[in-house]
Amino acid sequence: MSNKPFLRIDNIRKRFGPIVASDGVSLEIEEGEIHSLLGENGAGKSVLMSMICGMVRPDEGEIVYRGEVVRFNSPREAIRQRIGMVHQHFMLVPNLTVAENYILGQGSALRVINDMDKVHARIRALSDRYALDVRPDAVVEDLSVGEQQRVEILKALFHGIDLLILDEPTAVLTPQETDRLLSLMGDLVKDGKTVVFISHKLDEVMRVSNRISVMRDGRVVHTVDVGETNARELARMMVGRDVRMELPRSPEPAGRIVLSVENLTCRAETGLPAVRGVSLDVRAGEIVGIAGVSGNGQTELSLALSGLLPVDSGRVVLNGKDITGLDPARINASSFSHIPEDRHKHGIVMSLSLSENAILQRYDQAPFAARGMLNGRAIGEHTRDLIKRFRVKSRDENQAIGSLSGGNQQKLVVARELARNPDFILVNQLARGIDIGAMEFVMEEMLKQRDNGRAVLLISTELEELFAICDRILVMFHGEILGELPPDRSRLDELGLLMAGKTEQPALAG
Amino acid sequence: MDDMMFLTFLATLMGAAWRLATPLIFASIGEVFSERAGVLNIGLEGTMLVGAFCGFATASATGSILIGLLAGILGGMAFGLLFALFTITIKADQIVVGAALNLLGMGLTAFLFRTYYVSTGKGIEIAQPVHIPFLSDLPFLGEAFFRQNLIVYSTILVTILAALVLYRTSFGLTLRAVGEHPKAVDVAGRNVAGYRYAAVLVGTGLAGLGGAFLTLGHSNQFVEGITSGRGFIALAVVVFARWSPTGAFFVSLLFGLFYALQLMLQAEASVVVPYQVLQALPYIMTIVTLIVVRGKGAAPSKLGQPYEMR
Ligand SMILES: Nc1ncnc2c1ncn2[C@@H]1O[C@H](COP(=O)(O)OP(=O)(O)OP(=O)(O)O)[C@@H](O)[C@H]1O
Ligand SMILES: [Mg+2]
Repeated sequence: MSNKPFLRIDNIRKRFGPIVASDGVSLEIEEGEIHSLLGENGAGKSVLMSMICGMVRPDEGEIVYRGEVVRFNSPREAIRQRIGMVHQHFMLVPNLTVAENYILGQGSALRVINDMDKVHARIRALSDRYALDVRPDAVVEDLSVGEQQRVEILKALFHGIDLLILDEPTAVLTPQETDRLLSLMGDLVKDGKTVVFISHKLDEVMRVSNRISVMRDGRVVHTVDVGETNARELARMMVGRDVRMELPRSPEPAGRIVLSVENLTCRAETGLPAVRGVSLDVRAGEIVGIAGVSGNGQTELSLALSGLLPVDSGRVVLNGKDITGLDPARINASSFSHIPEDRHKHGIVMSLSLSENAILQRYDQAPFAARGMLNGRAIGEHTRDLIKRFRVKSRDENQAIGSLSGGNQQKLVVARELARNPDFILVNQLARGIDIGAMEFVMEEMLKQRDNGRAVLLISTELEELFAICDRILVMFHGEILGELPPDRSRLDELGLLMAGKTEQPALAG
Repeated sequence: MDDMMFLTFLATLMGAAWRLATPLIFASIGEVFSERAGVLNIGLEGTMLVGAFCGFATASATGSILIGLLAGILGGMAFGLLFALFTITIKADQIVVGAALNLLGMGLTAFLFRTYYVSTGKGIEIAQPVHIPFLSDLPFLGEAFFRQNLIVYSTILVTILAALVLYRTSFGLTLRAVGEHPKAVDVAGRNVAGYRYAAVLVGTGLAGLGGAFLTLGHSNQFVEGITSGRGFIALAVVVFARWSPTGAFFVSLLFGLFYALQLMLQAEASVVVPYQVLQALPYIMTIVTLIVVRGKGAAPSKLGQPYEMR
C-alpha cells in the first residue's frame, strides 16, 4: 500500500449554533481495512461521518479522498465517488418497495420506469452474492428493522461503493443478525471495499476491526491497532476512567408480587397471534429479564402490558389492581413506567423540547401545572435536574430533543421514567444506542431502583445487559415463555438453546 | 313514475353526474399530486375560481375555448406559484396561506368580473357535446355516457395519465417519496423543494382546468363564487380516494351523482322536500363520507410539513 492514505480527514470543524460537534478532528482510513469508531454519545461520530458522505458540510478543514481534496455538496456526489453510508436513522421511504427505493433519484427525472425487471434481477443477484436475503418487491414498511438494515446495506452496494460507512448498524440487531452483519463486513473487505464501523459494543469492535479510533468531544483522541488493545482499555479511552463491567448488587431477597401476568394472549398489528399465554410474576426488589431473539412476541408483550395493544385474553395485575385493557394514560398513572423499544414512536416527540418531553405524562400534575396553567419554572428545574443527573449532552432544556444524538435521547427517556418513582418499570431494550459509560450508569440506576424495592421487567436481546443486572432470566420463544435460568454466564449454551426453541436435551433423548 | 320514465331519468342522471363530476375530477387529481408530495393546498377553491375567470375572460376575448382552457390552467398555476413561494420557499403555514388564497381568489375574481363584465352580461360559446356515430344514438347508454363534450371525455385521459405518471415514472416515484420521507429524497440527490413546486403546479394547473370547465364546458357565464365549494369538496374527495388518481376519479363521480340527483330532484314536481335541503345534499354527503372514511391510514406522513435540510 502506498503511504498516501485512502481517506484523510484533516482538522475538520463543524458547529451547530453554539454546539461544537467537530472540534478539529483528524482521521486516516486505509484502503481495505475495517476501521471502527468509538466514542461516547454526542462525541461527534455521526456528524463526522455525515460530512464524509456529503450530508453535512464542514465549516473548516479538508477531506482528502484517494489523494484529492473533495468537497461534496450532497450525498449523491459522494455516491458518485463511491462513498456510501448507512445512517443511524434509516433513509428508506416506507411506502415504496425495496427496488423503488434503490432507483429513487437515479436517471433522468422524466424517465419512464420500464426496467424494473432488470433492477429486480440485479438486486437478487447482489442479495444472493452476499447472502442478504433481500426481496426486491417487498414494501419497506412491512420489513423488520433487521431486514431494513440489510436493505440499506444492499442499497449502498447497489449504487456501487468502495467505502461503506455503517453508523451503529448493530444497535437494533439481534445477536444472530449481528453475527451475520459482521461476517458480511469481512466479505466486503475481501471484495476490496473499505468499511468504517461505528458501534458502542466493544466485543463487536474487537472482533471485526483492523484499527480502532476513539472520539471524545469532537476529536479523535486515539487510533490503535486491534492487536494492541483490549475492551477494557478502549472503554477507558472513551470515558476517561475505568468502566466496571460487573456491577455489585445487594443480596436482598425479593418481596411481594408487584406485577402479575396471567395467561396473557394478544395479536400483533398484523392480526397474527404474537403472545400465547404468557404468565409471569415480578416481585418488589427484583429485576426479571426476558431474553429472546427479537420477533418472538417481546414487542407485543410490552405493548400489551403498557396498554398500547389490545389484550385478547388473560390478566395483568399491578399492585393487586387489574389493569388489563386499560388505556395507556390510566396504566401510566398507576405507578407503571415504560422505557419503550421504539423511542421515536412511543417514547418522545422529536419536535418538542427536552422539558416538554420530560413531562409528557405529567404535564397536568403538580408541580408542573396548577389551575390549568403550566409552571415553566418547575418544568425547567425538573428537566435541568434530569439532564444533570443523567448527563444528557444538550445545549439547554429548550432544545428540540430531535437534535440530540441518539444515545442522549435515550438517556432522557430513562431519566424521565425513573423520576416518576414507579412501583413497576417495564423496559424494552435499556441501552439502545447508549455508550458504555452511560450504560454502566443506567444499569447502576436500574439496580438502585431494584434495591429500593421496585419491580423491573427487562426485555432485551442483549444477553450482556441481562446477565449484568437481572435476578432471573425468562426465555421467550414464539410468544411463549419457554423456561427460566439464573443469570449465570456459564449456562449460556442452555440459554442459546432455549432461545432457539429447544426445550429438550436431544442428547439425553437418544 | 313508470319504468320507461325511470330509465330516462336514470340515463339523464348519469350523464349529468359525469358532467358535474368533471371539475372535481380535475381538481382532486391535481390535489393528489400536491398532497403526495406533502403539500396540503386548501386554496383549491380560490384557484378554481381563478381558473374559471381566466378561462371565461380569455375565451370571450379570443372566441376560442381551447385558448380559454389553457388560460384557466395558466391562471391556476400562477396562483399555485404564489402558494408554493409562500409555503415551500418561505415555509409559511400551508393552511394559512391556503385560506388566504381562497379569499384572494374570491375577491379578485369578483372584483375583475364586476369591473369588466357584469354590465355586458354576455354569455360565451361553450364546448358542445360531440356526436359519436352509433354510440350516441344508443338507447339509455347514449344518453348516459356518449353525449358529453370533449372536456368531460378528457377526464378519462387525465386520470390514466395521472396514474401512469405517479406510478410508472421516476418523477412520480420521487413525488411519492417526497411526501413520505423527504430526507431520503434529499440524500438520493433530488431537490425536495423542486419536486414540491412541481407537484403544486401540476395540482393548481388541474384545479384551474377544473374551474375553467365550469365557464367553458358547463355554464356559459362567469358568476361570482361559481365554484360554490367544489374546491373544498375536492379536498374531501382526495381523502376518500386514499390519495390515488383512479380513486379520485370514481369518488368524484359519486359526488357528481349527488349533485345531479340534487338538481334533478328539484325539477321533479313530485318531490316535496324543500329545495334548500336538496341543494345541501353534496355538502352533507361530504361530511358523511369524511366521517365514514376516517383514519389517516394512507395519508402521506409528511403532509403539511415544510422540509428543512440540515
Ligand atoms: N442538526 C443538529 N443540530 C444541532 N446539534 C446537532 C445536530 N446534529 C448533531 N448535533 C450535536 O452534535 C453533537 C455530536 O452529535 P453526533 O450525532 O455526531 O454524536 P454521536 O457521536 O453520533 O453520538 P451517539 O453515539 O449518541 O449517536 C451532539 O452534541 C449533537 O447534539
Ligand atoms: Mg450517532
